[in-house]
Amino acid sequence: MAAVTSPNQRLKISLKYLLLILVALIFVFPIVFMVVSSFKPDLQLLRDTSSIRAFLPIGDISLDNYFAAFRRAPVGLFVFNSIFVTTLTVIGSLFLCSMAAFAFVFLEFRGKEIVLSIIIATLIVPFETIAVPMLMVVNSLPWIGGSGVTWGWLNTYHVQIVPFLADALTVFLFVQFFRDLPKELIEAARLDGASWFQVYSMVIVPIAGPVFATAAILKFLAMYNQYLWPLMVTQSEQFRPVMVGLQYFFQLNTAWGEVMAYLSMITLPVLAFYLFLQRAFITSIASTGIKG
Amino acid sequence: MRPNRSKSLQSNTLAGWLMSGPALLLITLFLIVPFLLAFWFSFTNQRLISPNPTQFVGTSNFEQLLGVGALVLEPETAADGSLVVADDGELSYPRVREFTRNNPDFQHLNGMREWFGWDWGNSKVLVLARDLVFMKALTNTLFFVAVVAPLQSLIALLLALMINQKLLGINVFRTVYFMPVVVSIVVVSLLWRFIYDGRSGLLNNLLQFLSFGQFQPVDWLGNPDTAMWAIIVMSIWQAVGFHMVIWLAGLQNIPLTLYEAADIEGASSWQKFRFVTWPGLRNTAVLILVVITMQAFALFSQIDVMTNGGPLDSTQTLVFQAVQRGYEQQNIAGGSAISVLLFLMVLTISLVQRYVTRER
Amino acid sequence: MKSLSILAATLAFSTAFGGAAFAQTDLTMWYHGAGSTVERDLINGIITDFNGSQTEWKVSLQEFPQAAYNDSVVAAAVAGNLPDIIDVDGPVMPNWAWAGYMQPLQLSEGALDGFLPGAIGTYNDQVYSVGLWDAAVAMYARKSTLEKFDIRMPTLEEPWTREEFDGILETLKASGEFEYPLNLGMADQGEWYPYAFAPFLWSFGGDLVDRTTYETAEGALNGDAAVEFGEWWQSLFTNNYVPGTSQDMADHETGFIDGDYALQWNGNWVAVNTLAALDDDVVFLPAPDFGNGPKIGGASWQFGVAATSAHPDGASAFIEFALQPKYLAAFSDGIGLIPATAEAAALTKNYAAGGALEAFYALSEQQAMLRPVTPGYVFEALEFRKALSDIANGADVVDALDAATDAINADIARNNNYAVAP
Repeated sequence: MAAVTSPNQRLKISLKYLLLILVALIFVFPIVFMVVSSFKPDLQLLRDTSSIRAFLPIGDISLDNYFAAFRRAPVGLFVFNSIFVTTLTVIGSLFLCSMAAFAFVFLEFRGKEIVLSIIIATLIVPFETIAVPMLMVVNSLPWIGGSGVTWGWLNTYHVQIVPFLADALTVFLFVQFFRDLPKELIEAARLDGASWFQVYSMVIVPIAGPVFATAAILKFLAMYNQYLWPLMVTQSEQFRPVMVGLQYFFQLNTAWGEVMAYLSMITLPVLAFYLFLQRAFITSIASTGIKG
Repeated sequence: MRPNRSKSLQSNTLAGWLMSGPALLLITLFLIVPFLLAFWFSFTNQRLISPNPTQFVGTSNFEQLLGVGALVLEPETAADGSLVVADDGELSYPRVREFTRNNPDFQHLNGMREWFGWDWGNSKVLVLARDLVFMKALTNTLFFVAVVAPLQSLIALLLALMINQKLLGINVFRTVYFMPVVVSIVVVSLLWRFIYDGRSGLLNNLLQFLSFGQFQPVDWLGNPDTAMWAIIVMSIWQAVGFHMVIWLAGLQNIPLTLYEAADIEGASSWQKFRFVTWPGLRNTAVLILVVITMQAFALFSQIDVMTNGGPLDSTQTLVFQAVQRGYEQQNIAGGSAISVLLFLMVLTISLVQRYVTRER
Repeated sequence: MKSLSILAATLAFSTAFGGAAFAQTDLTMWYHGAGSTVERDLINGIITDFNGSQTEWKVSLQEFPQAAYNDSVVAAAVAGNLPDIIDVDGPVMPNWAWAGYMQPLQLSEGALDGFLPGAIGTYNDQVYSVGLWDAAVAMYARKSTLEKFDIRMPTLEEPWTREEFDGILETLKASGEFEYPLNLGMADQGEWYPYAFAPFLWSFGGDLVDRTTYETAEGALNGDAAVEFGEWWQSLFTNNYVPGTSQDMADHETGFIDGDYALQWNGNWVAVNTLAALDDDVVFLPAPDFGNGPKIGGASWQFGVAATSAHPDGASAFIEFALQPKYLAAFSDGIGLIPATAEAAALTKNYAAGGALEAFYALSEQQAMLRPVTPGYVFEALEFRKALSDIANGADVVDALDAATDAINADIARNNNYAVAP
């Protein structure tokens, strides 16, 4: 940190902070609006949207909306389901995708170029456009579980997890990162007699912490915010995630205060997860130097 | 050496397939197979629900989507052969529907609608589309991509430059700028409906306050001229933090020694950016452009929550239409055909992008 | 430790209790009211009573949020995973019956005597669904406002005519007291559009589809009557009588109560709240007559039996059980909807003689008209909604109606006139 010396420099730094703060306001105001509104009764909330009062916790402030939200819907269950599904998917996909990327980058095997091209092409397919065919696929798959072999995956946790364990974007991210790693590391380990899996798990994984954090955040966001798929495959409340739960609050007369309370509650876990990984995330991309 | 080498290749092949196998299997089962199914559906009359069997219909879904025609309208003439001029001095023309609806002489135009047109002397040349909503979705999507891809990349870069400074508490700003990214786009869209509201919206109030009351409130989402821009601004706001972080990574990758050398040479800030920073960001730029382009083509949630494609189709997009047709209209075949076209289009664009930005 | 033993005892008790009911066959039921605690309690009350009233069947409930309900049912049907008893929005029923999701009810003779026509779902001459209630739409107004502007109170026999209605809107607008005199609820872009606004089209003499064959919309949705309707509809927006499609959600919900709008075209489900806010100043007026009699939409959510149910007799038995007047009355008291029979209406606090919402029962009985009873309705509703939005936003009336007509006809053709292949 350079020492501030001349008034000129001091002015320059003040201006920098002013700009940073102004931009910060732009990014933070809808979120402040959401949280502040969650403490207000419906009528006041709607009236306040027309003025600066929308951002101030003034007037009739209480936690009533939060209590009402819990009465209306099993919020705890929804949050648990989302975190459960998301966590398992993130862990699984980090493992499978990084291992696949490792193979693509460091192993020479026939057909890998064409396979990699196909994977990257699938980056383009928006999920919404293949959801129905996918429903047909999962509905005709067997599952071996506690009650023996069952057909069709509907109304389970695994139908929300397994289809998303591997995705093109995550593979792509790992591939780009691994490409920049020095090949000598691998060769040295191979000469020491390590198997390919040992090279992956004991040489590559330990130095790839940052990209794991990056991929984790990306995957976490995508999974936690899922709506269409769980809506189609979970008919039972027991398995519903937070975004489907959001619909509980849009009955004939929308209770906006409760909506805001619910939105604040479901945003909290993501924010916490992000802050937890933030340091790793920012330094990660910094040291990975993802190359296009 | 020969046998040895082929042996090592073999073992590599086995290990390669074993390690990439699980991911490949899952991607095949849950991405490629569903997509191939969608591809097949686009050549049938597959319905979401129907008691009737699915039939192969060839390319008719695509013909329906892509069908265009041209029509030249001559001004109406009176019995004496003179042109009919309305009170406001304008020539009058027959209605398009007289040609496009049950007109045996213009069978090839049946069911088409006016897309756009221009004057040609006294005549009007009109381009008609068989599926006008699709055409608007197509052009809107291309517009969205064309605006968002460069703009969002640029803003993200500016933000990255801002937070790449060595200032006390800069990490707080890094976190704050990233915050919208962690909030679900559905949630964000709901919140921004309050912001864009035409009567008592926060944006209108803010602008009125800043202009000392001079600003006339605008119905941002209700006006065909502003609706798409409103979606664009919100989308950039929501996603820019993510790309900012990627730029930041690229910036931090540039060796400090290069800047020090530039300082010694007495380079200005702009020269440092032009000759040190920018060349160092080349690969990052490619990645960001590819990711933003892909994301922009998939524009859906904002439309679904905020405008439903309106007003007057000004915010229709391809993915929104694919979903509308597939689910709401129960026409899986029609929705799948749009998905297939979207896939081919983005594939083409990304191939071109790759060619243009290839390492020379 | 103590609480643990109590828990153990409770578990043991419930297991024993569950064991006694072991002989009952399980039936599952889906309902669209997740998030509404009132509806959950009402439905669970009926289920508990039913399960206790006999030993053959045991119904269990699965609730869905309304906005996701139809998608969930369709996804479940694609996967062959429907329950025994489903509820279905009245106009959607023919689509689901045609697609083979539903089977006709097995009700005893006379079970539906005295039911409002809007509460009975008939398709191909068979009853597939029945509602415990109907809903109705009325013109909400304040007595004080009507008096102030010297506006005649319309009656069922003598509703406002088109000229009268247009004149009222003009008067109210000209008074300068209201930015928009009328709230049509344009913010609510779902089934509300066809439900609430198609009746205007019917009153003009048009329709969503030609009801003699259900095979074309030509002439019905783009004929002279429909075009006249479309032009009137557009005039509401060009004259700023009504806020447009981007209407504020908040204004839609509180605007009338706050006095921002003089009139409001809304369903009876908000009547209880409005009464609570405005006491007896609020009046519920019948629809204007645009030439072919005043009309409102009939049919709300109804109960039916899934085609895949292995126990349609049990499912029908439950539905018939739920049709008792006391349950009809309980639903009405709970969520303000119109009880499906006069007998039940007499038991309610709002629809009994002299009740605050009595007017709605008469509206439903005399003016309600069903939306087109055809599997194609689901598609027609979407096109109608789009046409109305586009016209409100300034699209050419004839072109917008033509486009909707063509789209509907294409859909009908694509589905072989919604016939079932032999």
